[in-house]
Amino acid sequence: MAVDSVVAARPYVSAPRRGPVTRVLENERWFAFFLLLPTAVLLGLFIAYPFVKGVLLAVTDAKVGVPGNFVGLQNFAVLMNDSIFRVAVWNTILYTAVTTVFKLALGLWLALLLNRHFRAKALTRAFILLPFIIPTVLSTFAWKWMFDPTFSVINWTLFHLGIIRTRINWLGDPGLALISVMIVNIWRGVPFYAISLLAGLQTISPELAEAAAIDGARPWQRFRYITWPLLLPVTMVVVLFSVIQTFADFQLVYILTGGGPANATQLFATYAYQVGVGTGLLGEGAAISLAMFPVLLVVVVVQLLYIRRVETL
Amino acid sequence: MARISRRELLKLSGGGAVAARTGGLASILALKQAPAYAQATTIHWLRWNDFVPASDEVLRKVIVPECAKALGIKLNIEMINGNDIQARTTSAIQSGTGPDVICALNNWAQLYPESVIDVSDVAEEIGKAQGGFYEESRVVANDGKKWIAVPWCVLGAQLAYRKSWFAEIGYEAPKFPQTWEEYREAGKKLKAKGRPLGQTVGHSFGDPPTYAYPYLWSWGGKEVEADGKTVTLNSKATVDSVKFAVGFWNDAYDEGGLAWDDTSNNRAFLAGTISSTLNGASIYIEAKRKPQVYLTETGTPMWQDILHAPLPRGAAGQFGYHLPMSNMLMKYVKDQKAGKEFLRWITSKPVYQAWFDSQQGYSVGATTVWEQDKLWENDPVMLPFRTAARAGRFPGYAGPADRHAAEVLSKYIMVDMTAKAIQGMPAQDAVKWAHDEVARIYAA
Repeated sequence: MAVDSVVAARPYVSAPRRGPVTRVLENERWFAFFLLLPTAVLLGLFIAYPFVKGVLLAVTDAKVGVPGNFVGLQNFAVLMNDSIFRVAVWNTILYTAVTTVFKLALGLWLALLLNRHFRAKALTRAFILLPFIIPTVLSTFAWKWMFDPTFSVINWTLFHLGIIRTRINWLGDPGLALISVMIVNIWRGVPFYAISLLAGLQTISPELAEAAAIDGARPWQRFRYITWPLLLPVTMVVVLFSVIQTFADFQLVYILTGGGPANATQLFATYAYQVGVGTGLLGEGAAISLAMFPVLLVVVVVQLLYIRRVETL
Repeated sequence: MARISRRELLKLSGGGAVAARTGGLASILALKQAPAYAQATTIHWLRWNDFVPASDEVLRKVIVPECAKALGIKLNIEMINGNDIQARTTSAIQSGTGPDVICALNNWAQLYPESVIDVSDVAEEIGKAQGGFYEESRVVANDGKKWIAVPWCVLGAQLAYRKSWFAEIGYEAPKFPQTWEEYREAGKKLKAKGRPLGQTVGHSFGDPPTYAYPYLWSWGGKEVEADGKTVTLNSKATVDSVKFAVGFWNDAYDEGGLAWDDTSNNRAFLAGTISSTLNGASIYIEAKRKPQVYLTETGTPMWQDILHAPLPRGAAGQFGYHLPMSNMLMKYVKDQKAGKEFLRWITSKPVYQAWFDSQQGYSVGATTVWEQDKLWENDPVMLPFRTAARAGRFPGYAGPADRHAAEVLSKYIMVDMTAKAIQGMPAQDAVKWAHDEVARIYAA
């Protein structure tokens, strides 16, 4: 019987006929390659190609409709003597640094609050996400109205509460204009931090905090020595994404001030647009955009190294 | 339904096309139908959203069907925000596909000379038939050798002011401040009454430059000499103009203007918070369109209390910068002949008339013939716009309205020169900053 069974099973074992494709896919290396191929193509088309194209444009004197000639680093040399560019660099760094600190602090605070149990928790969480969900252009127009020199609802409220006697020129005063665009950026960015950090908080076992509480740790100590270290890897990734996005911010400033008054709110992206599209100097515009790259690269590398170090601890 | 074979269709359409190409309008009329080649043609025309909505309605409801009837061309008009036209133009040129005709503001055509079709034949024909183009229209659409766009219109900019408020301080209409000093004094009195003058010095394409440039010219300042190379901005005239502007701003203007865009002064004026502002006629037209909505403090319709006047004169004269618009026929367009036919047709007097009437004087034609139009008899309040374009100059004066002028304009350097001084920078420093920026641009 046993011998018969083995004999009967033999044709079944030797039956499958593998085609060339199957044979290739059975090789793990090739299989992995094919699985990665769609992603690689997408990344190549939508990230690598525009980036390389941007780099190539930045070293030419291309204008709209004119391919241009290779000029080396001339566009960057021109930018070094451009006072508006210098203002844009300073504004962008200040804008990113200040908004990131506030977004992190407020986002973390919100996340800690939302991590507690209370009534209508789901509704509150959904409500918190609103600034992030509403299209930026739409919400920024609403802010523009609120900051309007003549019809500002903020001024109206402050005036009727007796807090101010003369109106505040939110977008007209150079210092206040930058602060105003920062406020809008923070308002829009906090939900991203809050929800991402909340997701991180929910992965931390409550037993750790409970054990610490039994050992006599106070709330601040529990946060400082348990929550914060465990949340740090998520925080670093969130900050990394946020810094990149904020550094390249365009919509808010374009709508609120157009970079004015007198370039007081000019950022890298708005200036690159003004030069590249407004005056058709594509090479110079690309050079302005590319000038962001080394700064961002340093930020990314430092943060990624830090994340790796934290993860291996 | 009668069936037409493929061979018959080819014969018919070929005949129509040949007739249209060789025999012109007479042949089309003889055929009693639009040429077959054109029947399949679509023209995509990109324009801004007009500040006079009635004009957009005319284009959609009158011009589009007329175009199909007269030329056999299906006209597809796309209207977008004026600030976004350049982004669309750039992407269209770079990708080699997009709107066939783009209505450019200012001297944008000078930024894309390699990407547009020479339309000299159309422009010369229109100019000749309609009394010639205004100088401002010519310099933005002609590169010195050929026409790179067909001028479309000029948006007149005049001061819209409150008749009764100026009468209260001694300027009974038609009397109005004639010099900058008089205008400043008037503004000082009005601001003391809580009715300041209004002007934007922010980053917006319309009102800020149309004020800043003529103001500078009227003091004798200019960016560059006629050679288009020698930058002469840092002059006594410019410094004097900036010094005066700072005092003028503090004495007479609404400080909120530093943050205004092109619509802010319209809203402020219609809300009754400012007494005078440089603008197109849109404030008056809007107030007249909604007499129940826009009222004076005494409850009367505001439009009855609005008059227009040109910017005051300075030591060097009285000038204006009226926003010119012109239509570019893009080089990537396959059927260039149809594109030219369309431009010839839409700019011809009988067709243009319908659009011109709908503007109610908000814009004047690019040719001088429109000064004689009956429209100007309708409303005396609009009369200052009739000949406004005669005093028009374009940025870059005394040099050409070329790419350099466009760069200075798009970077708001003239506007920011004043804005910086208003914000506290010494006038000499603000002028020096602007001079250096302009020199850097013209040296490139």
